[in-house]
Parts: sequence; structure tokens; C-alpha cells
Amino acid sequence: MSSKAEILNRIKLNQPDLVTDLPDLSLLGSEDFDILETYKTVLKGIGGDPVEVSDYSEIINYIKSNYNLQKRLITTLPELSEIASLDWNNVDPHSLQDVELTVVKAHFGVAENSALWVTDDILGQRISPFIAQYLAIIVHKNDIVRTMQQAYERIGNQEYGFGTFIAGPSKTADIEQSLVLGAHGARGLIVFLLD
Amino acid sequence: MKIGLFIPCYVDQFYPKVGIATYELLQKLGCEVHFPMGQTCCGQPMANSGYAHLTKGCDANFIANFTGFDYIVCPSGSCVLHVKDHLHDDKNEEAAAEIRNRVFELTEFITDILKIDHIDGSFPFKVGMHVSCHGQRGLMLSQMSELNAPFFSKPEKLLHNIKGLDLVALTRKDECCGFGGTFCVTEEAVSVKMGQDRIKDHESHNVDYITGGDMSCLMHLDGILKRQKSRIKTIHIAEILNSLEN
Amino acid sequence: MSSEKIIQHSEAAAKFNKDVERVNWHDETLWFVRAKRDKSAHQINDWELLRETASKIKANVLSNIHDYLVEFEANAQKNGIIVHWAADAKEHNEIVHSIMAKHDVKQMVKSKSMLTEECHLNDYLAEKGIEVIDSDLGEYIVQLRKEPPSHIVLPAIHLKKEDVSETFHEHLGTEKGNFDPQYLTESARHSLRNTFLTRKAALTGVNFAIAETGEFVVCTNEGNADMGAHLADVHIACMGFEKLIPQRRHLGVFLRLLARSATGQPITTFSSHFKKPRDGKELHIVIVDNGRSKQLGREDFRNSLKCIRCGACMNTCPVYRRSGGHSYHNAVAGPIGSILAPNLDMSKNADLPFASTLCGSCTNVCPVKIDIHDQLYKWRQVLVKDGYTPKAKTIAMKTMAAVLANPTIFNIAGKSGRFVMKNVPSMVNNKMNKWYDQREMPDVPEQSFREWYKKNSRESKAKDNEQ
Repeated sequence: MSSKAEILNRIKLNQPDLVTDLPDLSLLGSEDFDILETYKTVLKGIGGDPVEVSDYSEIINYIKSNYNLQKRLITTLPELSEIASLDWNNVDPHSLQDVELTVVKAHFGVAENSALWVTDDILGQRISPFIAQYLAIIVHKNDIVRTMQQAYERIGNQEYGFGTFIAGPSKTADIEQSLVLGAHGARGLIVFLLD
Repeated sequence: MKIGLFIPCYVDQFYPKVGIATYELLQKLGCEVHFPMGQTCCGQPMANSGYAHLTKGCDANFIANFTGFDYIVCPSGSCVLHVKDHLHDDKNEEAAAEIRNRVFELTEFITDILKIDHIDGSFPFKVGMHVSCHGQRGLMLSQMSELNAPFFSKPEKLLHNIKGLDLVALTRKDECCGFGGTFCVTEEAVSVKMGQDRIKDHESHNVDYITGGDMSCLMHLDGILKRQKSRIKTIHIAEILNSLEN
Repeated sequence: MSSEKIIQHSEAAAKFNKDVERVNWHDETLWFVRAKRDKSAHQINDWELLRETASKIKANVLSNIHDYLVEFEANAQKNGIIVHWAADAKEHNEIVHSIMAKHDVKQMVKSKSMLTEECHLNDYLAEKGIEVIDSDLGEYIVQLRKEPPSHIVLPAIHLKKEDVSETFHEHLGTEKGNFDPQYLTESARHSLRNTFLTRKAALTGVNFAIAETGEFVVCTNEGNADMGAHLADVHIACMGFEKLIPQRRHLGVFLRLLARSATGQPITTFSSHFKKPRDGKELHIVIVDNGRSKQLGREDFRNSLKCIRCGACMNTCPVYRRSGGHSYHNAVAGPIGSILAPNLDMSKNADLPFASTLCGSCTNVCPVKIDIHDQLYKWRQVLVKDGYTPKAKTIAMKTMAAVLANPTIFNIAGKSGRFVMKNVPSMVNNKMNKWYDQREMPDVPEQSFREWYKKNSRESKAKDNEQ
């Protein structure tokens, strides 16, 4: 017998006779709070920086004054072509190792934990938000949902090869529980909250 | 109201004053109290060590002694929890079930059955309350710090009305003391360290007394305090609640 | 591995307690994590409902796991994932090795996977000439020191920054005496970045696998799982079959609970959903049993399979905090480890369910409401019945049971030297009473309560008056 058949047999034999019902999820996620304020507070609490902007030109100006444009900046957003390159979608992902800043746009954000939902179709390459020294993610203010409950309602049956929630910069506390930002991924995360 | 007084075996033999305080207090509160002389032990030391199958004799003896009372009251959350969770008798299951429903820890009996929140008494000292795990997490005598739920404490409610008693707020309000039955000798190093750490918390709040609802925790803490030649004393909550002279 | 002599938990714990300052530090550091968990959990109104819901979802999974596994495999294959099944640790290791061999790859970068610790994959691959580098910072540290992780979420929590500094100085050439965590982390970042850029195979664990979609989710704070997986040609994900959940939307429940329970964070930095391989690359999933189906059949213990490996029970456990993860001699330490380990090997792990005061705090913090302390109690009964406890203890217990069942003997024994004190706390070792090592015995009173009662109670006084 193959291991698969053997394992499934044993499981069938040993699992409880009665299948218990799945619980009702509609009772969850009813917390009441100011979505934008909560989003910003939580983001700051986990080491990210919220920046409120009214259009792409403000984003461009912010990046110009806070990052070295001589270094490699990449984006998937044509609106930012003035400051970041768009021609890296098909390169060897290893060659992105010198990227200073990646700028992408999230499908939506989540207020309770400041996470942003991104998928491979808007990341250019899966590695892009991880390999850069710094990361900036744009999200529309009205694209922020309350909790993870609403987040998955929104994701629904969305098709993707890869998707991830990103909440704050990469971090570790593995040495004596002291928090260090920039473990392997981005050392900092700017979230542009777009009107 | 006819009460069967259940005094844990080690309290009977080492802390008679706790038994006396419980007996006198219940009488003061208007109960008719009887101590069945044939009682021995609830069987917990064996059961918690993995020998629950050897406790049938204890169970039968317990049932023989405590059948027929309106309530069974005991100054130990741990022993009450054991009876509530584990008292069974194949030959006499109905009586066992009856007892499981009628057995109460002293402070919950006072607040929930007698519906008394205020007991006159005087104890002009700074006191730290040691919450016993079985009383709290088992019998839910007070709210557990792990849960997102409103605070309450049956024993503290009673202590707050004792004149002069200054109840301190501990840093770790419901951490285990490390007694744990046979754990106290099989895992001696950790057991003692846990006890020492609990004491440090009380010490840092300058208590005169550590009180609690379980003499087993207090016996363990007292053993360490005495070895350290500490000025802090232990006292069972029944003794404080019974502090008013007749 | 298996020939190594197991040091009993109590013995290892006693050794751990020799360095009082270090125990204090270990206890306080983990208590700090528990406090962060409390703060975070208490901010969520739905918290207790979330726990209840998560527990019910997992109950449904355990009762229907056969069908969910079949559904998961079919959907994963549709997504282009290659699915393998491993009955035990040996087969798991062989499968991983065969994938490496097929691609002729000799180096692997691995993110945290307690399953591979359970299977001792690193040792196995090393014997086959394959180099594995653990990329989670904590795991990287313990790997350099040739130690196992001491905690499932915080692998190097038993170490101080001075220890890490020493290790990094030796292996990475960092400045001697530079203890700054920022500096040390930065050094590891540089070293591991090179690893990520050069490895053709990456192995990750799995936090959740979704039957409905055939995708799986990996949660990290460092981004190390993603750095490995998105740069490698081959990504191997290893999972115990209990990681399955029915639907994608159930992640909304578990991701709200996981990080808050683990460290008090609202969510891990990255919650990555892997559904399909990258174009031209390979994605493998190894589904492992290794005793889980046996545990599923143990009615009293099957709920242990609900565990989502948050580590909250370890952080809150007063015994774990004062004995350290290594004292549990099992890949998963602490309370949850103590109810999982006897299933793997009763004889080796018979001591673990006794390494607890049954205080119950573990059960209260568990995000999927596993009745951990009740299971510890139940394992004790099983281990005793199956003969895994010392004979002397059994004899002492039998004597005690006989005395306590008989009030007459009990009363005589009580008078002649306080039977209870001699027998109750110290019954396993009468020759050398461990109670007395660091504690005084209670004073022996002039009379027992029952003796007082005979003379002074209202009942006996009434009787006296009658006579």
C-alpha cells in the first residue's frame, strides 16, 4: 500500500465518527473603531510610517526628498515612472538584490493590524517586496477594511499564484527579545494613504 | 441547613486551627455543622500522580461519610475540585453525583449559597492574597488573568469588608506557587523556585501576611518563608474571616 | 539520536536552576511575552469568541480530515503543486532528499519548521552530504551552536546577547565583545542574504493549508521564508496533516489569533499565501503523519492536534519559564510538547506530563482551547497504567491508597507520627525527603482537628451532656 493510502486509511479509522459543524463566522469582526485612525496607530506601533497624500505627485515628492534617487528604485506603477523603473518584471529575481526601494500598490489594508494585501499580479515579481532595503506601499484610504474578517470577505475567491499580507517592516526579536527592524526583508515600510 | 464539614487530611493533621476557624465561622453564619469522623482523604494526591485507579477506596469512603448533607463545605479549592471532577462509584453513582453537586469551597459557599458578602471581622495588616490555581481556574472563584473577561473575586469580596485589612495588588496576580502535589518533591528545584518567586512578589509589596484558600499552597510557601527566616506569615482565609471574637 | 540517554525533566530543570540569575532572566523575559499577549488579546472584544470559533473549526477538521486531505491534494495538484505523503519521519526525510537529489542540489536554505525538527531532517541531510542553513535568526543562532531550539517561536530564548555575540564572533567574525542586538542582527542579515541569493532549494514549514483552494500559508516576521522560496528553483513545504483548515475565509479567524497569542503582535509581518509555483519552478508539499493518525484515534488526546504552534502555553507556563525548553528533550517543549511527546514515544517521554503543577494557565491562553492541563492529567493515568512510572512510586501509592481508604488505620497512622506529612508530599522518596532541602516542615500541632472536634464541637458537647 502507498503511504498515501496507508495514512488516509488510518485517519479514516481513527477520526471521530461524527462530523461536527463549522461555526458561524458572521458574529465576528463587529468591533467598532475609527478605521483610518486605528490603521495609522497600529502601523506606527509595529514600526511602519503612515504618510497621508492626496495624489501621486505628493508621493513622488516624498520619495524624492527621502530616498537617494541614484540608487535602484523599482515600481509596478506607471504613475511613478519619473522616479522608479518599470522594466524589471522579467529579470532574474536575484538581480533585484541591489534594490533600495520597491513601491507597489495594495489591493486593500486592514485597520486592526495595519496589514496590506498584495498579490503577484501587482508585485511584478514575488520577491520584490522582500528583497528591497526599503518598501513603500500605496493604499486608498477607502480601501481599508476593519478586521481580517472583512479582509477575507473581500479576498473571496480571488485568483492568484501568490499573495501576502504585509504588516510593517521585516523584524526580529530573537536576541533577548530586543526588537530589531530589518531582519531579512525591508528595513522600513512607508504606507502612503491616498485620498 | 445541615453542613458536612470536609477537612482535608493534611489540614486535619497539621493545621487544626484552619479546621476550627472554618467550623466556627460556618456556625456563626447560622449553619448546622457536622464533621463526619470517618473521613480521610479525597484521593487527589494519588489521582494527580497518575494513580486515579487506586482511589476507589477513598471515593467509597468519602461517599459513605458525606451522603445526606445539604451541602459539603471545605476550606480548600483544590480538594473540592478533585471531588467535583473525579468522585465516582460504580456501585453508588447516584450518591457520588449528588455529592459532586453539593460540595463547595468555603468562600464560594459563603458568597453563592449563603449569599453573604459582608462578614464582620478585623485584621489590621497588609495582606497579599495567594490565588490557588485549582480554586481559580478550576472552581472559578475569581477571574483568570488570561481571559478577556470582567474581573471578580469571591474571596477578595469577603476580605475587602474586613476592618483594617489592606489587600495589596500583586504584580503577577494569579501565578502558581509551585506546590502541585507530588510535584513539590518530584520537581523540587522548580517547585521551590516558583515558591520563592511568589514570595518575592508579596515581599515587594511589603505584606505582613500571605493568605489564601488552599492550605497546601500556604504550607509550601510557609516552608520556604521559615527557611528564609522571613517576617512574613501565612494565614488561611478562614482564620481571617473568623477573626471576630464570639 | 535515539541511542542518546534522555535526561529526565526534573534533573535537567534542577541543573537549569543552579544559575539563579539566568533563571530569573528567562522567567521574566517570557513573562514579558505573556504580558504582551494579554495586552493584545484584551484589546479584542471578540477574543474569547475567536478562540471558541477557532476551536470549533479545528474540531470540524479533525472529524473530517480524511476528506479535507483528499480535497486539498486534488486542489493543490490543480494548482501545479507536487504533493507527497510521508507515513513517518524517515519517509519525510527520504522524500526531501529525493527532491534534492533529483535536482542535484547540495545546499538548502530552510525557514522555521518544527516538523523538520521533529523528524531530525538536518542531521539526515547532513549525512547525505547536503548542507542546510536555517534562516530564522533564532534558529540560525542555535544551529551555529549545534543546539536544538528551546522554544517553537523563540528558538534562542535560552541565550543571552553575550552568548550570541560569542557565537557570531566565532562563526561570522563579528567584533568580540559587541553585544548590541542591532549589530548582531545586521551581521546575520548580511551573511544570510548571501545564502538566500545562492541557494537553489528552499524549505519552509506550513502554518495553514486550505482544503478548498489547495494553497498554504506561511507566517514569518523576518521575511526569511519568502526570501528563500521566491529566489529558489525548488520550494519544498513540509506539513503535519493537522495543519489543514477547510476554507480560505477561516484564515480570518486564525490569523487574528496566531501572532497575538504568540508575541502580542496584531499579526506577523508576513502572512504569505502560496497557491501556485512560479513559472518554470517547482513547488512541493510533503504531508506528514508521523504518529498524528495514532493521536487522532486517542479520544482523550486528539484535541492536541488542534495546535497552531503559537507557543503561548510555553510563555505562560511557570514550569517552562523556570526549566527552559531543553529540559523537555523533545522538538516541541512546554505544556503542548508534554501532551504530544508521549504519543511519539511513551517510554522516552514518560516524565513530561509530570513536569507540571496542573495550574491550568496553558489551557486559558490556548487560542484553539486545547484542554492541555486536563490532557496532562490523563497522560499521567495512561503512563502509570502502562507501567512507565518507577516501581517504588507505585508501591508507595498502593500503601497510601490502602491507608486512606480505611478510616481506622488512617487514624492510627495519623496519631503515630502524622501519616499524611510522611506520605503525601514526599511519598516517592522517604529516604531523602526532598521537601526539606529548601523548605521547613510544618510544626506538628498538639492535636489534630478531629481530636479537637471530639472534645469541643457542639455535637460532642451535646453528647457529653446526655451522658
